[in-house]
Amino acid sequence: MLKAPGDQESTPNVKSATETESRARRVPPLLTDPPAPSAREPNFATPRFRDLRERLIQGALRVSAGISILTSFGILFILLKESLPFFKEVSPIDFLTGTTWAPLMVPRDYGVLPLVGGTLLVTGVAALVVIPVGSLAAMYLSEYASDRKRKILKPMLEVLAGIPTVVYGYFAITIVTPGLKAIIPGIEVFNALSAGIVVAIMIIPTVASLSDDAMRAVPKSLREAGYGLGATQREVTVGVVYPGALSGILAAYVLAIGRALGETMIVTMAAGATPQLTLNPLESIQTMTGYIVQVSMGDTPAGTPGYLSIFAVGLTLFVMTLCINLLSFWIKRRYRQAYA
Amino acid sequence: MKRSELFPNNIARRQRRDRLFRLMTVGATSIGFIALAVLITGVLIEGLPFLTLDFLDRFPSRKPELAGFKAAFWGSLWVIGLTTAITVPVGVAGAVYLEEYSGESRFQKLIELLIANLAGVPSILYGMLGLIAFVRMFQDTTDPTYFLGIQLPFGRSVLAGACTLSLLVLPVLTIATREALRAVPDSLRKAAYGLGSTRWQCTRHHVLPAALPGILTGVVLSISRALGETAPLIMMGALTYVAFTPAGVYDQFTTMPIQIFNWAGRPQADFHSVAAAGIIVLLAVLLGMNALVVLLRNRAERSRIS
Repeated sequence: MLKAPGDQESTPNVKSATETESRARRVPPLLTDPPAPSAREPNFATPRFRDLRERLIQGALRVSAGISILTSFGILFILLKESLPFFKEVSPIDFLTGTTWAPLMVPRDYGVLPLVGGTLLVTGVAALVVIPVGSLAAMYLSEYASDRKRKILKPMLEVLAGIPTVVYGYFAITIVTPGLKAIIPGIEVFNALSAGIVVAIMIIPTVASLSDDAMRAVPKSLREAGYGLGATQREVTVGVVYPGALSGILAAYVLAIGRALGETMIVTMAAGATPQLTLNPLESIQTMTGYIVQVSMGDTPAGTPGYLSIFAVGLTLFVMTLCINLLSFWIKRRYRQAYA
Repeated sequence: MKRSELFPNNIARRQRRDRLFRLMTVGATSIGFIALAVLITGVLIEGLPFLTLDFLDRFPSRKPELAGFKAAFWGSLWVIGLTTAITVPVGVAGAVYLEEYSGESRFQKLIELLIANLAGVPSILYGMLGLIAFVRMFQDTTDPTYFLGIQLPFGRSVLAGACTLSLLVLPVLTIATREALRAVPDSLRKAAYGLGSTRWQCTRHHVLPAALPGILTGVVLSISRALGETAPLIMMGALTYVAFTPAGVYDQFTTMPIQIFNWAGRPQADFHSVAAAGIIVLLAVLLGMNALVVLLRNRAERSRIS
């Protein structure tokens, strides 16, 4: 970072001290003579006033940057604090290993596995659809499309990521589900398959666009080496470019899966409200997010275990997405070392 | 490995496979566009008959042909206006600190990691944060008390909704703004420092104006996201049936996505058409915002000294 005239000495940088110094030497020293005071207005340009103002502004900027710390720990703190009373009544082991989720009717059961299973089923369907579709689309954008086509197609594809999820939910129940019913007559009105497919459509741009970036970062010389050995374009794409960009592509998959895990409106509207452990995507299920919406829209009295359970479910979801995020950071860090 | 295994000699077959593969990639790319086209056509066919001028001027009703979007439309404008007012200064300031002030510090590394993680936290969890931190302010009731004319806790108000959405989209804006700031050449800063300007003077008068087009893109990206969000607002208790428009920041509200969700969930088919009409309005507003930013950005780019 460049050093500015009037910087406070206590600036907490200097990791690469030599570099900062050599750059600072190129910057002329602070002009100590203040400009001549104007007759009309008081002189605010004195070094003292300027230093004070600089310090105040820097403080304000620092506070703004620190909001993310507050938000992160705020979410974690609130989830822990609110689910604590729940875990006083329901043991965490029963919660995490129970296979029946029936918090709103007697006999009550608080086994979260059906909700986790529902979330994973929808995410699984979405991943099965989006990984081939998104990867192939990325291969087209990066290897086959001309620069002009790519410049038009990529932003258009990214429109898909900007459509509100409630619109996708509507799409799922009014168009995709009836369409699936025409092909598979036995499918239930609310089902994991339709929700999963629509979630997949939503995250196509995430996978395609990030994988395209990763594949374009593969050096041209590798492709040329492939062609030099007599490979066809498909053989180069599948055998050289895709493996060469694999870590970036994996990071894109992981990011997309993280978005599918936390997706709320599509699964609430299309996947149903029947918590059950099943691998059959044609059945109605309930996801963690779907349950949270159901309770917060209903009239479960605040303070009861039924209501507090949403915070325990939220905490479970938070831990799952945190693991996914950490995985993607880890992959990305490895990727950076690949073609620097 | 034998040579014949590495690249088999039957070139005609390999080229046939190549053509097939190319078709597959084209097909995969078009799936997204086909879905988009089907979605938009479906919504238009369903919704257009219900989309009258009156639609924006009526409150919700139990009869689909009388149902209107007024409360949701104005509710969304209130929430989004306030969200913008909170998000833009805070997000840009945070990004400026990280790019122009902090240098490579531990504080910066921590924040970078947290922002990247926050961008991946499901939006409904922000709704929980909003419910506890803003709607209830860690109390058991939402009965308002007043402190210096500020109502505490915020209750299920426009203000609480806007604060929640701001926290949700801050990472988006911060990441985009940082990228815009990083693209400003160092020569600009060197010139400003060389003339004796302080760090803030340089940032305010040179770096921020140069980064403005990129920042504007980030603003629209984050505000569009806030405009389409449903789950966190439902979580924090925004209403689904509202027959008034907010008159102040402490009023209760509903928004367009929530109203659409409500209509789409009803059993009568006619309400699905009303939902489609609502979707047309929502998408039109989003499209308008994005078009506006393209205009603004072109203008900012033209007036910039390159």
